[in-house]
Amino acid sequence: MSNSTAASKKSVLYDWLTTVDHKKIGIMYFFGGLFFFTIAGIEAMLMRIQLMFPEMGFVGEQTFNELLTMHGTTMLFLAAMPLFFAFMNFVVPLQIGARDVAFPFINSLGLWLFIFGGIILNISWMTGGGPDAGWTAYTPLSTTSGGHGVDYYVMGLQVAGAGTLMSAINFLVTIVNMRAPGMSMMRMPLFTWTTFVTSMLILFAFPALTIGLLLIMLDRIFGGAFFDVALGGNVVIYQHLFWIFGHPEVYILILPAFGIFSEVIPTFAKKRLFGYTAMVFATMIIGFLGFMVWAHHMFTVGMGPVANAIFAVATMAIAVPTGIKIFNWLLTLWGGRIKFTTANLFALAFIPSFVLGGVTGVQLAMSAADYQFHDTYFVVAHFHYVIIGGSVLGIFSATFYWWPKMFGYRLSETLGKWFFWLFLIGFHLTFFVQHFLGLMGMPRRVGSYLDGQGLNEMNFISSMGAFLMGFAFILLVINVLVSRKNTDNVQDPWDGRTLEWATTSPVQEYNFAQTPLVRDLDAFWYEKMEGDGRMKAAEPLDDIHMPNGSILPIFISLGFSILAFGVIYSQWWLMIVGGVFMFSMMFIRSIKEDHGYHIPVSEIKKEKGEG
Amino acid sequence: MANEAIQPNVLPQNPEKATLEGRNKYLGFWFFLGGETVLFASLFGTYLGLRNSYDGGPGPQDLFHLDLVFIMTMLLLTSSLTSVFAVINMKKGNFKKMLTWMWGTVILGLGFLGFEIYEFVVYYDQGLGYTVSAFASSFYTLVGTHGAHVTFGIAWIITLLIRYRKTGLTLANAPKFNTAVLYWHFIDVVWVFIFTVVYLLGVGG
Amino acid sequence: MENLSALDPRGPVAEMQLDLIMLSLYVMIFVIIVVFAIFTYVLVKFREKPGDTHIPKQVHGNRALEFIWTVIPIILLLILAVPNVMTQFTLADSGGADDDVDQELIDEDEEAEDVVRIEAHGHQFWWEFIYPDLDINAGQDMYIPTDTRVVVELEASDVIHSFWVPALAGKTDNVPGITNSLWLEAPEEGVYYGKCTELCGASHWLMDFKVLAVDPDTFDTWAENMAEPDEELTEPEGEVAVEGREVFENNCIQCHAVGDEGGPVGPNFTNFGERTVIAGFLDYNEENLVDWIRDPDSLKPDNEMPAFDENTISDDEMDALVEYVNELKVLE
Repeated sequence: MSNSTAASKKSVLYDWLTTVDHKKIGIMYFFGGLFFFTIAGIEAMLMRIQLMFPEMGFVGEQTFNELLTMHGTTMLFLAAMPLFFAFMNFVVPLQIGARDVAFPFINSLGLWLFIFGGIILNISWMTGGGPDAGWTAYTPLSTTSGGHGVDYYVMGLQVAGAGTLMSAINFLVTIVNMRAPGMSMMRMPLFTWTTFVTSMLILFAFPALTIGLLLIMLDRIFGGAFFDVALGGNVVIYQHLFWIFGHPEVYILILPAFGIFSEVIPTFAKKRLFGYTAMVFATMIIGFLGFMVWAHHMFTVGMGPVANAIFAVATMAIAVPTGIKIFNWLLTLWGGRIKFTTANLFALAFIPSFVLGGVTGVQLAMSAADYQFHDTYFVVAHFHYVIIGGSVLGIFSATFYWWPKMFGYRLSETLGKWFFWLFLIGFHLTFFVQHFLGLMGMPRRVGSYLDGQGLNEMNFISSMGAFLMGFAFILLVINVLVSRKNTDNVQDPWDGRTLEWATTSPVQEYNFAQTPLVRDLDAFWYEKMEGDGRMKAAEPLDDIHMPNGSILPIFISLGFSILAFGVIYSQWWLMIVGGVFMFSMMFIRSIKEDHGYHIPVSEIKKEKGEG
Repeated sequence: MANEAIQPNVLPQNPEKATLEGRNKYLGFWFFLGGETVLFASLFGTYLGLRNSYDGGPGPQDLFHLDLVFIMTMLLLTSSLTSVFAVINMKKGNFKKMLTWMWGTVILGLGFLGFEIYEFVVYYDQGLGYTVSAFASSFYTLVGTHGAHVTFGIAWIITLLIRYRKTGLTLANAPKFNTAVLYWHFIDVVWVFIFTVVYLLGVGG
Repeated sequence: MENLSALDPRGPVAEMQLDLIMLSLYVMIFVIIVVFAIFTYVLVKFREKPGDTHIPKQVHGNRALEFIWTVIPIILLLILAVPNVMTQFTLADSGGADDDVDQELIDEDEEAEDVVRIEAHGHQFWWEFIYPDLDINAGQDMYIPTDTRVVVELEASDVIHSFWVPALAGKTDNVPGITNSLWLEAPEEGVYYGKCTELCGASHWLMDFKVLAVDPDTFDTWAENMAEPDEELTEPEGEVAVEGREVFENNCIQCHAVGDEGGPVGPNFTNFGERTVIAGFLDYNEENLVDWIRDPDSLKPDNEMPAFDENTISDDEMDALVEYVNELKVLE
């Protein structure tokens, strides 16, 4: 995208494979995430075809279980998180006025680990069937499941998870250490704040998953007895480990979306975010409480009434900071001048949709009533309402909002609005009826349902809604392809408020020729209102030091993947080959110092003149 | 010789945190250790849940000998101390002395590792195979994960010592030594918890 | 459908749970109305009108408002939390289970109450109901007396299952190595549908069972005959059925017990003739029964029952077998 001197010396492909530029990495995260989003979407369509009529034989029971496992796993780990990572990578350094992230090499490594992990998971389809124990992989179903599906699940997630953890540390350090002069923590845009809190959650949540998966692997492949009841194992330990990770994971998925809405809504209401400080603290409180409530996924596992009551009340408490956020967004809109762009439509539709998902969340938190809700379609409806109504609407809002900055052209608003309305209607059609299905006796994760139990009509409606969502998604793909001509007015198309809109579109490799001086929250808006509409420079124009690209991240990820295959098929020699390869690549990285290169002032001036 | 390698006039007071890269590394590594803490906490939790599930196999009271574990603890604590001396010397600019102290850490770490392997072999001979009971699996996994961290730490420090044996102290390598020492302290602290939770609790109650 | 829905409770436990659900629903509808009203008002009132280019006032926030929308939700949540905690403890008071917390909660007078204790074992993919005090082992159909507290102790033999009878009580998990419990009561006679709600393998969706609430006298008869079947009941009538018993004893009895004879691997067959479905989901008729025996795996994948082809059980023998199992009844 950016025309650097370094890039012109290499082939385009090699440049992208070795890049450590946070913007290119962000774009690769975006397309990687979109690719897996499509796959997981197709899996969802297949499931809804199977459930369209009672006792359908479209896919077999075993395949259905594989589909539901892979749909959940792919959507969460390989679609939603990478799509958020795409925006975090691209936008956060721009929003804080930095030239790059703190660890460009680690950033690239995180990306490739995600891609290799995703590939490993999906290879399972071609080698005898995917994992079939649900995305939660509860033991002992997962430890006794036949074939290699669950092994692929375990190792694929280990590889991808390692990358996620690295990226989180990278974001944390970037945000703490690399902010432009004048940008105090309390002047950071909300999206940067939610990235910060999300990264904290990843940092403290993912290791629990690492151990949960490790224990499954040890049981399955090395004969461990963690979950073998006959040898004194305890299957509930896994549920605790999984949900100590799993509940923060839910907030990992929603907080970045909250951040996106906190950017989009003020921009299109032309108003400062209402209650910025409250929003920041609400984010932190949600993040903190996210770690305190994991056992509400386990009300029916027999923890006893005391534990259930405590976790029920703790869970309800999360509704308070979330409510604060909703009302602050509403009050941001109050008195504004609201423009209904596609990006803003997604942000606005989020409010009622997410409230519907939120209130069922409070209902589920009532432990005594949860005995009825738990593991039924009511839960399926609830979490799709928060994940689609929150995260996915957030991703689509961000896509339309930041697209001009990322790709240098604007997506079509007409097609965008068609996409929005069809998707929104399809979404509510699919999931609203599922609340009732659950209470009427339909458990989740069922490969079909019997005729004559009163479940037929609503399942049919639900399937129709799903197809509508699928159709709407095609409109987005078409939009991306046909809008390439809209290259006018891309630098600051929405009259933006934050620093990323002060850069060129597409953004130069070094982001800012001179590090900007931040004088208030909504730094760019402040200069528009109080200054001359341009950011003040915090440093004189000088040569810019940039890190070199490196092929090593791919090699390290490759080594890890070979190791993973060694584990999946219990081949010691393959594990050793992969491990040795991975560590030698890390060794090379460790002893070979990267001195980077400099972009001379003359070239920066030239590019400035063009822009 | 020493005076040629060290350039105390050029290097600032805290060379490991003098550059942005250095500060990034330092902060990033602290975050990483935060994650590692959760990792070990999960393993400790699992072990505590399963430590009494040794039906059909030997239990903690049959196996653990505090004298051996005490020697291991002393070795690891001392190795942490030598690494502290190394960092003190780094801040003073005595690169040569720093290397010497770091080698001390490596040797003590290797000693610890040797005892740990010996310990596992003895337990195995006493019938505590990995697959014997849930206690066995969780014990080997917790202590073994720590052992793997020690191994990685030793390999890391040796790599640094060999790579920089002749370069003298620079702004590029000071953060690397510093983070390696930080890592070493962390695994030392984890061992203190293992000593308490696994061995003392295992023998005592 | 009747007797399947949590929205149409047929017992006190499900009623308590529906009360909580409705309470939360009313509170939540209030929240939804407030948010939707503000939302609609804002969108209509403050939308950009053509030609409007004014810059809105850049408001920073409002302490009083922040306080209000912190306190009101807390009050609403208390309205939900208090009844929830109370119901939670009532539900845990199963009056017969043996985990510590439960024991503390049992009132003296309640302990004396007459309860029926049933162990519900989840298997891939069927249910076994053991009545430890009555010396009964029943498969798939759980008989309970009306108006009597039933304590169900939940166990699992392979993977985690979950016991759910929506019209009578919410679910609790059957976890290998752990015994959970719940209680329920059915004031009215009837057949209540139950399902496994924890993913347990390929045929998870077919792991259905029934709870049959009968009046206490009928229950006593049932219990007596199940524990020690009368000669009259077990002895097959007619030549064909006698032949059928032979087929059963040669092929089936290792896994399916009748009375006190036979193995425990599959569901108990003592009252098989009274089932309304085969394998938990197939309509009970001769055709389905034969299909099932010939090839169980195609109907319920991954289940443990082997297939019996024509070489093992000839068509004639099959007819006799069907005749025999049709006659296995205890309530006549």
